[in-house]
Amino acid sequence: MATVEAMAAPLAHGHHEEMSFVRKYIFSTDHKIIGIQFLFASLAFLALGGVLAIMLRWQLGFPGEAMPGVGVVAPKFYNALVTMHGTFMVFFAVMPLLVGVYANYLIPLKIGAPDMAFPRLNMLSFWIFVQSGIVMTASLFVEGGAPGAGWTAYAPLSAVPQYTGVSLGQQLWIISIVLFGASSLLGSVNYITTVINMRAPGMTLFRMPLSIWALFITAIIALLAVPILAAAVILLFFDQTLGTTFFLPADGGQPLLWQHLFWFFGHPEVYILILPAMGIISDVIANGSRKPVFGYHSMVLAIIAIAFLGWITWGHHMFQSGMNPLLGTSFMISTMAIAIPSAIKVFNWLGTMWRGNLRFHTPMLFAIGFVSLFTIGGLSGIFMASNSVDIFIHDTYFIVAHIHYVLFGGSLMAIFAAIYFWFPKMFGRMMNEAWGKIHFALTFIFYNLTFFPMHILGMGGHMRRIYDPTQYEFLQPYQPLNKFITISAILLFVAQLPLIANFFWSLFRGKKAEANPWRDNGLEWTVASPPPHGNFAVTPIVYRGPYEFSSPEVEEDYLPQDVPLNGEREVVGAGVGEE
Amino acid sequence: MDWLPGAASSYAAELDTIFWVILAVTGIVLVGVQVTLVYFLVKYRGREGRRASYVEGSTKAEVIWTVIPAVLIVGIAVASQRVWSQVKNPDRFPADALELNVEARQFAWSITYPGPDGELGTEDDFTRYNEMRVPVNRPVVFNMTSADVVHSFFVPAFRIKQDAVPGLNTRAWFEATEVGEYELACAELCGVAHGLMKGKVVVLPQDEFEGWLAGLGE
Repeated sequence: MATVEAMAAPLAHGHHEEMSFVRKYIFSTDHKIIGIQFLFASLAFLALGGVLAIMLRWQLGFPGEAMPGVGVVAPKFYNALVTMHGTFMVFFAVMPLLVGVYANYLIPLKIGAPDMAFPRLNMLSFWIFVQSGIVMTASLFVEGGAPGAGWTAYAPLSAVPQYTGVSLGQQLWIISIVLFGASSLLGSVNYITTVINMRAPGMTLFRMPLSIWALFITAIIALLAVPILAAAVILLFFDQTLGTTFFLPADGGQPLLWQHLFWFFGHPEVYILILPAMGIISDVIANGSRKPVFGYHSMVLAIIAIAFLGWITWGHHMFQSGMNPLLGTSFMISTMAIAIPSAIKVFNWLGTMWRGNLRFHTPMLFAIGFVSLFTIGGLSGIFMASNSVDIFIHDTYFIVAHIHYVLFGGSLMAIFAAIYFWFPKMFGRMMNEAWGKIHFALTFIFYNLTFFPMHILGMGGHMRRIYDPTQYEFLQPYQPLNKFITISAILLFVAQLPLIANFFWSLFRGKKAEANPWRDNGLEWTVASPPPHGNFAVTPIVYRGPYEFSSPEVEEDYLPQDVPLNGEREVVGAGVGEE
Repeated sequence: MDWLPGAASSYAAELDTIFWVILAVTGIVLVGVQVTLVYFLVKYRGREGRRASYVEGSTKAEVIWTVIPAVLIVGIAVASQRVWSQVKNPDRFPADALELNVEARQFAWSITYPGPDGELGTEDDFTRYNEMRVPVNRPVVFNMTSADVVHSFFVPAFRIKQDAVPGLNTRAWFEATEVGEYELACAELCGVAHGLMKGKVVVLPQDEFEGWLAGLGE
């Protein structure tokens, strides 16, 4: 029942032509505007996370030397940098960039719906996210300093203010995460409902683009995982402020309980951060290769398999935690199993490019970068999945290298691809291709120069989150490498300037975009750039999957999902809503 | 500068072997994927008038690239499990080991020795800070806990890492195989001076160690 109403409401809404600026661009219920709002907000947090990274890298490359404009990084501030870099990047940059921006923007457009199932809930989700971000940013500036217990907030360090010397900051961190959880939850129910109920006639589940599959499965993971984090941080808040001992050894509390709860959320979270990226990349690679995605069904199954296995692997973060070593065996096996669907995806991307007619537009370059770098990150994961090798590399730079290959080389590369790919649809103008390619080349080079050497540091036993590596004799030979990494990181940061310049320049001066600049098949390309409120003047009818590139049935090398071929109109019209 | 730190414990070499095996296997896969990727990028680069082949997939290919990774990871898992069990399974800790107590706290390691009577928990126990003295070629088992937050006992040269958790007794062991001094680090973020929470393990010839133990206990 609710769905009928939900579908009708935004359509009726679309007839209100004149809306005030505030209703149209600020408190908007249009999924496209909300997606764009998420884009600006999370790009700002991405920049902030990057600044924090440069500051902590400065201390590692030039320990104790004053950073220009900042001064000497003190140990307590260093811990805050480590903590807040991770927090902002995971919760306020990568996750909202994928789920807030592209789930919002793409789901209704790609399934042929006028808007989300619950547009007001959607607006609420964004504004709670904003509050959450404000509280988190405030935690940087309060008395006692910013949170310093790591983004993983291991108890008891995070639970007892004396242990870090931070009290208010850590509490704001918790409040922000609770708000973030509420925002994420509202988003998830919306995405799931929309995908299930609001697909256009003929848009069967197996005609959905892989981006939508991935975002749909991701929303299910987020719906189930984020409340666990919220519950855990609320208990942590009680420990901090009310004197409870959930995570303290006194009175029967258990520090390891925190780790179990955190990673029971945290590992599915890793897949929240990578599955949408994989989906987006699949769309872009098919477009750039002018070929159907190789093994579409196995790609869908791999997404589902990864999502499922993600729930039973959290213990690999805890091999050395004092957890029963027998569990170390079972978690190794479940973790290793994830290598299989991940490998399937990589091979299918290669298969998609095989015998294609590749177009190296900027989104495609970032997608290729994703395949190359994600492969490194995926394979390095096997080292730490091995419980015995993990004894040595756990909590070293090998792990730092791995997560950055997956989350930057993977997720962020996909986000860049998505920004360039859907910018024309979002803003009605093209981004500059030449500058896009320069951005890609510089990012790819300095990315590798920054993060690849971290494997070598990790092999040397270099611990993560230490303030001054030169304190250890065995790390002193690695100091030139640390310096090299820091300089590369600064250059990687600078390499993002072309993106920023290109983004804002194109926003106002870019070439006007036509409806379908990439010659793609998705439904979003059948409407104007940018699409009007309500998206589709007439609900589209879908006749085929999204990857019919170079089909022998038509002369062009693409075949949009809503174009009927001879005789198709009647057949599909009769079978509407069959799935 | 070696890739991995010099190995100085009884199980370090075996653990390293697994590292190198995984590096070899993943290295081959990595090179294979990257070379294929670059080859495809060159060979199938877009040209006017050419058309991509309309291929939707191949069940045979899917089966091949499901089964091969599965076999490889089963092999890696089995090999890993052997060393894991040897290092971490309390039922397989070596007998007749020297037993010590270790307590971690912000930001120091305290090591308690059994004293001349050879038994922990008696009056002649004594404690030293940030320096663990052990005999060469004799297994050392230690009971570890923490007084405040989670720390992690990490001696890179021994390939040993074990968290110290408040309220929990975690046990670990190593057998040093070379006389010398080795750095001990805290590997788990434990507060403001985490990066300075370091100590050393001094490995002594057995008779020298016995003499030191007897002398200090008096």
